[in-house]
Amino acid sequence: MTALLATGDPLLAGEIDGGVILLVLLKTLIVFAIPLVLTALMIWVERKVHGDMSNRIGPNRAGPWGILQTLADGAKLFTKEGLIPERADRLVYRLAPYLSAVPAFLVFAVVPFGGDFNPRSDGTIDGTVTLLGNATFLQLFDAQPGILLVLVCSSVAVYGVMLAGWSSGSKYPLLGSVRATAQMVSYEAALGLSLVAVVLVSGSLSTHDIVAFQALPGRGLLPNWNLIVTGVVPFFVFFIAATAEMNRPPFDLTEAEQELVAGFNTEYSAIRFALFYIAEFMATITFGAVIATLFLGGPAGPDLGILPGWLWGTVWFFLKLAIFPFIWIWFRATLPRFRYDQLMDLGWKLMIPLSLGWILLLAAIRSADTVGTDGQRIGYLPAVYVGAGVLLAAVLLQASITVGRRRRELADLEVFD
Amino acid sequence: MGYLGGFRVTLRQMGQPRVTTEYPKEKRIKAERMHGRHVLNRYEDGMEKCIGCELCAGVCPARCIYVRGADNDPLDPVSPGERYGFVYEINYLRCIHCDLCVEACPTEAITESKLFEFSFVDRADAIYTKAELLVGDDGRPQQLPWEDWSDADDVAEDSSAWVRATAASGDARYVGKVAWSGELGFGVKEPELTVASYDELDDEEDAAEGKADVEALDGEVEVGDDHDHGDHGHGAPGAHL
Repeated sequence: MTALLATGDPLLAGEIDGGVILLVLLKTLIVFAIPLVLTALMIWVERKVHGDMSNRIGPNRAGPWGILQTLADGAKLFTKEGLIPERADRLVYRLAPYLSAVPAFLVFAVVPFGGDFNPRSDGTIDGTVTLLGNATFLQLFDAQPGILLVLVCSSVAVYGVMLAGWSSGSKYPLLGSVRATAQMVSYEAALGLSLVAVVLVSGSLSTHDIVAFQALPGRGLLPNWNLIVTGVVPFFVFFIAATAEMNRPPFDLTEAEQELVAGFNTEYSAIRFALFYIAEFMATITFGAVIATLFLGGPAGPDLGILPGWLWGTVWFFLKLAIFPFIWIWFRATLPRFRYDQLMDLGWKLMIPLSLGWILLLAAIRSADTVGTDGQRIGYLPAVYVGAGVLLAAVLLQASITVGRRRRELADLEVFD
Repeated sequence: MGYLGGFRVTLRQMGQPRVTTEYPKEKRIKAERMHGRHVLNRYEDGMEKCIGCELCAGVCPARCIYVRGADNDPLDPVSPGERYGFVYEINYLRCIHCDLCVEACPTEAITESKLFEFSFVDRADAIYTKAELLVGDDGRPQQLPWEDWSDADDVAEDSSAWVRATAASGDARYVGKVAWSGELGFGVKEPELTVASYDELDDEEDAAEGKADVEALDGEVEVGDDHDHGDHGHGAPGAHL
């Protein structure tokens, strides 16, 4: 299988001439512009769709259907006075928005936003397109650690939120950032563990290889998407963990208006606030892109004609990407906010154990075809053992959670006696 | 549907009609007794109704009305009575539009229109003096440069109807009677039924029959006038000297 997967961007494999540098610059520009434009659109779409769902109109003043609203808001924020609270730690206070915004941009560098992932005549899948006479991936940087960069970026973004709240020298931002840090750190575990399932199945950390794996023909009519291959559960865990990771409703305790004014960014104004705002909405775009890449095959999709063949990858990618922001808006319009203990319970007592158990099970099942040292197929017996073990562990965990809860309730009762 | 029922609800709302009124472009019909900015009314012959009694200033909970009364010049009276209000100011930075001044006024001199779109940029503009509050010769409120009159058909049409909100409950003589009178000046409203008379209407089986009753009541509108201010305005000014 690995033979099918091309490794490394062919653009940088050969001689580096002017055309190659131009192409890299072009891709850099695109990778910078796409998230920015999509974020502006996302903010507008969110306000429109959320308005629709609550029988309102939403922004309709700036431009046709209010589509330039984000631009107008941005222009306003950029020209406003940026206030620094008297008790703020000035350096950290200024640094924090960038710690939030820069990682949001960086994630997109490893996401393949296009490419022809249909098998070539010789059966290989290389996912390249030919632009300006050079074969290249439609991806800025096919890093070997690939998908880990996404985790790194979302981890660094936690610093932005944490330092913003801490350096504001104000109570509500501090409370908000403490909540945010705890929440993001907790869900990062679930995020990473569900990612392991994808890496396990695809056999590579590189996002390009993960997409190329998913472009392989699947069983029957089903595509070979990780959504199906990993058995759906990691997808849901990743999706919910991503929702929590970017503090979207129903996990937006970080900025619970009723309790914390605006949470960690309460003391921020003007451009620094705009950066947090951009980072927050860009997260919906980048996580949408990451989920599409990891679970829905990213740019992999059939060439339906009409458009030039190499463009279809991009079309499929953005179609798949668009699903998730919509669902998050839908969440926001529908679901009430979680309570803090419910949030932590969901993260630690359900998501993490679930994804851990699933990895074990998945690994055991996938080892069935491996030939052992005795020359025999390993078979499904180990998988059955592991499954039984995971089930037992789940029952024990549930029992211990129930016992713990009952004890707490009893303790509470004694207090009032 | 269980946990997912809510998602269907929100999704279904997407196709539903919007409840938003796009305010500056389209304006809602104002409530029948909306409290907007005041007008100082005049009689048909041009005499001012205000007699400078300062009851409105006394009752005002926001202390936003300033009135000074003065004796009428017998040769050139401003109002039909002995005195008239020679200073009349309302500070709209303080006014809460409670309409108590309107109820206190014994001569129906001060009423509230439905005009509410006046956003001044200068504090001095917030103080409406007699020059601004007094209705014009046509009985219309005066339009000031900063006032939005784009839906004048609605807000100005009924703009000077005098409503005594507490009449029916406060005075036995109003029970079953039309409780307010349209005064002179711009926009005289059709008389409106009191709560008590609506109750009577409900007893009637035939709606048309009820209407006839209302018309019969019309003749008794004058009840309120008997004890309020009489009929001063309609006589020639000289008659009171």
